[in-house]
Amino acid sequence: MRENLHRFFRAARGVGVRVSPAESIDAMRAVSQVGFSDRDILRDTLLLTLAKTQDEKLALGDCFDLFFSQPEPQQEQPANDDNAPEGNNQSPSSDASGDASGSEPAESLGPLAQMLLSQDRNAIAAALANASAAASLSDIRYSTQRGIFSTRILDAMGLQRLRDDLDGLTATNPSLAERLRAALDGLREAVRDAVSQGLALYAREEAENLRNEILRNAPLARIEPRQVEQMRHLIRQIARRLRERYSKPRKRQRRGHLDVRRTLRRNAAWGGIPFLTAWKRKHRDRPKIVALCDVSGSVARVSDFFLLLIHSLHEVVDDVRSFAFSSHLIEVSDILEANTPDAAMAEIMSKVGFGSSDYGSSLDDFEHEFMSILTPQTTVIVLGDARSNNLDPRADILKRISERSKRLVWLNPEGRLAWGFGDSEMPRYATFCTVVRQCATAQQLERAVSDIVATYQ
Amino acid sequence: MADQKASTSIEAVESGLAAQGYIASRQIATAVYLSQQIEKPILVEGPAGVGKTELAKAIAAWRGMKMIRLQCYEGLDEAKALYEWKYAKQLLYTQILKDKLGEVLGGAQTLHAALDQLHTFGDVFFSKEFVEPRPLLQALEQPGGCVLLIDEIDKSDAEFESLLLEILSDFQVTIPELGTVSAIAPPTVILTSNSERDLGDALKRRCLHLHIGFPEQRLEERIVESRVPGISQTLRRQMVGFIHEIRTLDLKKLPSVSETIDWARVLVLLQAGELDTEIVKDTLNVLLKYEADIEAALPQVTTFIAKAARHNVFG
Repeated sequence: MRENLHRFFRAARGVGVRVSPAESIDAMRAVSQVGFSDRDILRDTLLLTLAKTQDEKLALGDCFDLFFSQPEPQQEQPANDDNAPEGNNQSPSSDASGDASGSEPAESLGPLAQMLLSQDRNAIAAALANASAAASLSDIRYSTQRGIFSTRILDAMGLQRLRDDLDGLTATNPSLAERLRAALDGLREAVRDAVSQGLALYAREEAENLRNEILRNAPLARIEPRQVEQMRHLIRQIARRLRERYSKPRKRQRRGHLDVRRTLRRNAAWGGIPFLTAWKRKHRDRPKIVALCDVSGSVARVSDFFLLLIHSLHEVVDDVRSFAFSSHLIEVSDILEANTPDAAMAEIMSKVGFGSSDYGSSLDDFEHEFMSILTPQTTVIVLGDARSNNLDPRADILKRISERSKRLVWLNPEGRLAWGFGDSEMPRYATFCTVVRQCATAQQLERAVSDIVATYQ
Repeated sequence: MADQKASTSIEAVESGLAAQGYIASRQIATAVYLSQQIEKPILVEGPAGVGKTELAKAIAAWRGMKMIRLQCYEGLDEAKALYEWKYAKQLLYTQILKDKLGEVLGGAQTLHAALDQLHTFGDVFFSKEFVEPRPLLQALEQPGGCVLLIDEIDKSDAEFESLLLEILSDFQVTIPELGTVSAIAPPTVILTSNSERDLGDALKRRCLHLHIGFPEQRLEERIVESRVPGISQTLRRQMVGFIHEIRTLDLKKLPSVSETIDWARVLVLLQAGELDTEIVKDTLNVLLKYEADIEAALPQVTTFIAKAARHNVFG
């Protein structure tokens, strides 16, 4: 049973419940107190010791139910149905003759065949569990491994011997061979179920990691609609990671630079003789971010995810003003705060989306209405492909924005090679930007935002 | 065999708490039983008013132990939670003992010799007599054990959490001047949290995590029965059914168990035989604490009463 608990811990990690060695020890101790006889109490106990949030409790509860639902070997049902009528009639005679002829082959048969013929559910389930352990089913990672694990489990249960038995029986006792064959089909099914269950239990984490890895490097502009929800989930994960990294208030003292004013004040009681020294402290600003996002055409989706990320960073960046533009520019901070991501994006698109982008007039809008919100602590982030349909780019406004703010970061979803070709005004804008970087995937997005926040640390 | 013992012990916890007027679900009882067996604190989370603090009180009353309560708030620190030196007493004693000190040190010729002599007396002024124990230290010093309730831990600062770690895992605290103080009898520790902020993993790891949500209808009826004995069975069923309907609405603050009990008391005081639209509308402010919530619930009152009544007939 210890072994089973260990496998359960692995399964729990699979569903995203972090089970540390210390927690598994606690769970072991708790289980040794309550025992295994009452499944509900066992479930409560494991939920109490392992799960640390309500979400984890739900996930772990499901995992528990799946884990402790034994795949039942199903060979009996059809076998009984087929044999029931004649079995009842013949039971005395077959028993009588079975003693003579039936027991004799049973002696010579392998253990698996005997087990299947005697239809001992518990023995089969136990053998299946042992074989799964021997085939280390808990190492299964990908759905493509299902075949090989099924084979391994069947081999471990003694399929080879069973085949020999079948061959022997077909010659000597065809009806028994038929029954055995039906039972074997049932067993195969049970093994397949066991492997599927194992896959659901142990492979989830790996599959999720793999999927996230692919998703992180997929171009945001071209992901499929069904992946949008997954991507949102991933963006939220990124936001959580950034929050954890940057939200802790860290006091920084700069040793070595004397703060003369504070030192004099502090030592006034001793007539200005500096008993206690005060050192200069580095002042840390809270990040102030102004984001200008192009929502035209293919850039829209990248803007969507970018805005979601920036607005999920409350603990780190509480001062964000966001603007969206294509042919003209509006402020969208309130829309984003008030609505779900889907609804907010729909509203923004209905207001400013679907126009051909005009960077010149959008920058002009910004200068006229919002220039005053820029302070020397503000980081301005522009997200767009800088394709202005050959209209006047008004790089002069960007220059003024750059002069008024701390940093001006341009994130471009297009690759570096495309900058400056066609109607791209990137080189002209780039002169006034502190940083220009490509930002096409979730990973690049994370790095870009992380760098921006890090400059305030 | 041990298994049998476990399930009967859990039932014993349930009935013991019930005797104190606390109707616990089996999960709660399991948590209480386990915390006793493997000596771990329980971290109780859940919405306000579902009886998190009551649980600690009930355990204390059931086991006949003292309950020591530490209410957390922003800015709570070591001096208020753990221990403090009695500065005034220290000063007073130095004044009183001045002459005595003079005598003791009289023989010394030089300052150095006087210091040496003083050292031989040890730290008289930093001994147990001058420590003012605060709740955490008090809890460790109870000879018969106690129930230590650390209420609303999420309201305290992150630094305070770290301070708790030593107590929670080893039931001891370290006072630099005195050394380590271990618990005479390990206290039963209950921490409550409204999930206002996420607690650190280190703290969570040291606790059993118990989530108390809104109770099921049957359980809530039993709770009302034990807390407000004067209420008739029909009314009890109707009002609990009504509250369960209210909880399906999207409200700012859902009515919890404490509101149910308050409402039951109000209905008994008003001598209501059964729920009707008038009396519900008049007393809705007992259940809902926001104007907007009351406005949202008012149009639904008649439907909910009908539903609750129907449930009463068929349930």
